[in-house]
Amino acid sequence: MSNDVYVVGIDMIKFGRFPDTSLPKLAAQAVFGALDDAGVSIKDIQGLWCGNLMQANAMVGQQILQEIGQTGIGVVNCANACATGATAFRDAWMSIKAGIYDLVLAVGVEQMGKGLLGGPGGGKGIPKEGLLGSLTMPAVFAEAGMEHSRKYGTTFEQFAKVSVKNHHHSTLNPKAMYQIETPLEMVMGAEMISYPNTKLMCSVNVDGSAAAVLCSEKKARELGVMSRAVKIRASILTSDPWQERDLVMPDVNTCTRLAAKQAYEMAGVGPHDVNLVELHDCFATAELLHYENLGLCGDGEAGRMIDSGESALGGRVPVNCSGGLLSKGHPLGATGIANIYEVATHLRGEAGKRQVEGARIGMTHVIGLGSACAIHILEKPA
Amino acid sequence: MSEQSTQPKPHPVVPFLKIPDEGSPYLEAIKCGSCGAIYLADRMACGKCATRGGFAPLRLSNKGSIYSYCIVQRSFPGVEVPYISAIVDLEGGGTIKGNLIGAEPDPAKISFGMPVDVVFKDALGRKDREGNSYLSYFFQPRA
Repeated sequence: MSNDVYVVGIDMIKFGRFPDTSLPKLAAQAVFGALDDAGVSIKDIQGLWCGNLMQANAMVGQQILQEIGQTGIGVVNCANACATGATAFRDAWMSIKAGIYDLVLAVGVEQMGKGLLGGPGGGKGIPKEGLLGSLTMPAVFAEAGMEHSRKYGTTFEQFAKVSVKNHHHSTLNPKAMYQIETPLEMVMGAEMISYPNTKLMCSVNVDGSAAAVLCSEKKARELGVMSRAVKIRASILTSDPWQERDLVMPDVNTCTRLAAKQAYEMAGVGPHDVNLVELHDCFATAELLHYENLGLCGDGEAGRMIDSGESALGGRVPVNCSGGLLSKGHPLGATGIANIYEVATHLRGEAGKRQVEGARIGMTHVIGLGSACAIHILEKPA
Repeated sequence: MSEQSTQPKPHPVVPFLKIPDEGSPYLEAIKCGSCGAIYLADRMACGKCATRGGFAPLRLSNKGSIYSYCIVQRSFPGVEVPYISAIVDLEGGGTIKGNLIGAEPDPAKISFGMPVDVVFKDALGRKDREGNSYLSYFFQPRA
């Protein structure tokens, strides 16, 4: 028997704003969905990894068990910026890979306010925002996008097309926060937040949760769930290696390239084998960088790739079929597992109107600024 | 007791801005003696080569060029917009981030590689809780 690890149950709630629901109750909804999808009970689960960023010191994983069943299993609460959910998933994967457990649960959950993310300043002295440039997330990712413009001439319009595409995809995803078409002129004409990112090119702050049941091959066969078991072909986590400008310009490229290289090696596949990708489109500018970082196109070709429709549903390698963070929404701790939910759903052939036909291999990618990059490569049930 | 009515010396906005008693303010980084990587603040070891210690002070140039930028139209409450947030590569090494002043916040008017000078001015009137003034640095298109 191989030591491969499978996703045998997975779910996410429809992302939205649920200020009156407690964080553990929000998570419990996705956990119930994942457990039911796997056909197992919380009493069968041997360990829980909980990803949550904003309340990282609140023992959220244990609070979830208090809602759904206090079985006494070990719980790890994990925070890793926007890679939080994927990190929880990966550590759950490692526990099975290590032969410690056969059936574990990973959950990601977040409740967000509205508004800008990033450092409003503070620390010693005086606030630095608007004095020493900007550290808001839209500005940081605008500057990363402009670096691409500098190198390759990428245009505002090309960045905006990412948002048009992802919003279109989300019209086919009932679990996305929004189901609205946003034509190019609407995206480009929306309120400018930090040029070249308009409001419609910024991810949506939403509340959400997603959960996955991970299983050893031995246990999956025992449970009789192999026909819907999605194989985890690679799980990689990296941090940002030193880069010349990283003191003032967070580098989301190098850690992604490093993770992609390792993930392809672990999975024994190449970029051309990948049939769909959920990547970290926290801002429209970021998506184009990651086409190249993940090897979906050559360096300098991302602008052409979005222009050609290759990354749209029906194209060569559809990206962010869920609507992405731009339209599905970005509940930080839940995002990494929600991305895996989307890819797994396609690989099971259960994605309905947005199904990528014949999808065999899918990839998920998240970036937590600071930085953490997590990549998973998944394979359809045999 | 002295009756001199000199202005109190402003505080530096960041520790790497140095305000000498005599002469002009300047920026000072540290440079790894082993691999040459430049940092704007103290480190236990070099992030690039992991050599412990061995850093030497490096006076940064007041001349540089725009590496990347964005135009901020919305920021946190109380922060005046628009402004240009710029990443500037300095001649002789080092990259710093700050506001580009004296340029229109219009992408058509800003070019990559545009030469800029580092200039030192009061920190937009911002004061700390004790009422102290601060000296900041800004970028200005080179005349």
